[in-house]
Amino acid sequence: MQIRFITKPNPMTGLTNAKLGTWCFLASEIMLFGGLFSAYILLRTGSTDWPAGYELLNVPLAFINTLILIGSSVTMVLAWAALALKDVRRFRIWLGLTVLLAIVFLVIKGMEYGHKFEHHHFPSSNNFYAIYFTLTGLHALHIIGGVVLNAYYLFPGSRMYKTDPEQFLYRIECAGLYWHFVDLVWIFLFPVLYLL
Amino acid sequence: MAESAEHIQKQVRIYLSVFAVLMVLTVVTVAISYLHLSTGKAIALALVVASIKASLVALYFMHLVSEKKIVYAILSLTAFFFLILLLIPNLQ
Repeated sequence: MQIRFITKPNPMTGLTNAKLGTWCFLASEIMLFGGLFSAYILLRTGSTDWPAGYELLNVPLAFINTLILIGSSVTMVLAWAALALKDVRRFRIWLGLTVLLAIVFLVIKGMEYGHKFEHHHFPSSNNFYAIYFTLTGLHALHIIGGVVLNAYYLFPGSRMYKTDPEQFLYRIECAGLYWHFVDLVWIFLFPVLYLL
Repeated sequence: MAESAEHIQKQVRIYLSVFAVLMVLTVVTVAISYLHLSTGKAIALALVVASIKASLVALYFMHLVSEKKIVYAILSLTAFFFLILLLIPNLQ
């Protein structure tokens, strides 16, 4: 069955169905992370002795990771712009960089987790580590999802550019919406977990 | 999107300026934490800076500056329920 209004806006909403669907998905993602942020507030306000994040966590690594993730958001939007300008070579370079930066983020995050495990800090250690691992772990899963999605559009998925360039551009825009959302979550996670 | 090449090139310049501002604000976030303000002030300031950064990403990278009404409607509804979710822990 053909899904309708993929490249032409649906007259009822003024949007393509793909974009509307992506925004509804992101709305559900906001509620998913919202529940966990709410759990964080509950744990923190309910405890008598909450540690400062910078005393337990590696701020320089997380700072570098913040810059990397913001950088990857910019390369993603530049990939979309290059594709909109029909410059496929540049599109591939920017999208490739986006995937690469996401992988660097995961490697650094993995190093951080490794250090924590070496010092026997686990999600079961205390409430701080429980919510830290839950929030950053769920976020890291989203990064992995983004890597898979963008790597698909970089290699097999990009065949669509030859058959239907307009729909492919919409796909990249929606993939971008998701990727910027993942960046946006980290913009809040970084100060909340590491700096306060 | 059937936008002109000129329009997109102008957008790219905006993206790069937003990138620069985001980098500066990230440094500001970390700098604030070195001031060792009282917890209340530190939380307020950190959330203000994070919200500015998040707004920049949403407005420019996610193209919310020029989006259709229905997306704003969905996001307003989400923001409403999100706030309720955040307020629940404080309702004891």
